[in-house]
Amino acid sequence: MSLPKPAMRGLLAKRLRFHLPIAFALSIVAAAAFKYAVTEPRKQAYADFYKQYDAMKEFNAMKEAGIFQSVRPSGE
Amino acid sequence: MLHLTAGHVGGLLSRRGVAAFSSSNVKMASHGHGEVTEQADMSVPMYWDRLDTPLPDRPYKDTLSSADKSLKQKEKGPWNNLSKEEKLACWYFFLIRSSVYRMTFKESFAEMKKPTGEWKTVVGGIFFFIGFTGLVVLWQRYYVYPPHPRTLDEEWQAMQVKRMLDMKVNPVEGFSAKWDYEKGQWK
Repeated sequence: MSLPKPAMRGLLAKRLRFHLPIAFALSIVAAAAFKYAVTEPRKQAYADFYKQYDAMKEFNAMKEAGIFQSVRPSGE
Repeated sequence: MLHLTAGHVGGLLSRRGVAAFSSSNVKMASHGHGEVTEQADMSVPMYWDRLDTPLPDRPYKDTLSSADKSLKQKEKGPWNNLSKEEKLACWYFFLIRSSVYRMTFKESFAEMKKPTGEWKTVVGGIFFFIGFTGLVVLWQRYYVYPPHPRTLDEEWQAMQVKRMLDMKVNPVEGFSAKWDYEKGQWK
């Protein structure tokens, strides 16, 4: 019949040699993509928001809208 | 089924150990309620046609007549033909049709693996019962559920949205970030 003898050993090692670098590379790519697509823009958005943030102005706007229980709008 | 190339045969013969799906064809009748005569004697070695356990405890024909016995002797001879790969296909064709094979096995692999169309019944049953459940839910909607709470009215929802915007819920990236406070409209 003279078929070649199939590989009997090292099957897992061979598979890992192929798949592990790919797995690591893809994981790193996924992490980098998330960092630069999500977290960096989000950090920038928060920085921009608070650069021009006036706490007292916001507070007074909320007070006039009447959402607080301890401080009522200036009309009442 | 029998147009096999030499390569395929090797794969087929070695696939006897691979579990695909278990279509158990054991002699015991699974749906014979009134047919007590069909019950197999499970205290002696049994025969089955299965993909995951391909070698049953006994050959298909247990008691060999004298003609069968002489045929079994011939089984020892022709196997030497397997040394040439190109003869394998013809040999396998022969084998499936031969009494030698059929004495040991009731069905060939191809016959065993024949699709049954059972999946159509299963899928049909699934859709039927999902549909029936839909009707039940519809009935519940009209006869079981109490009236809506007032917090789900249009008016109330509008007041709720206004309050959320006044409180500046999620002003950076979320809810209030989408509202234009100068113009008083959604961005």
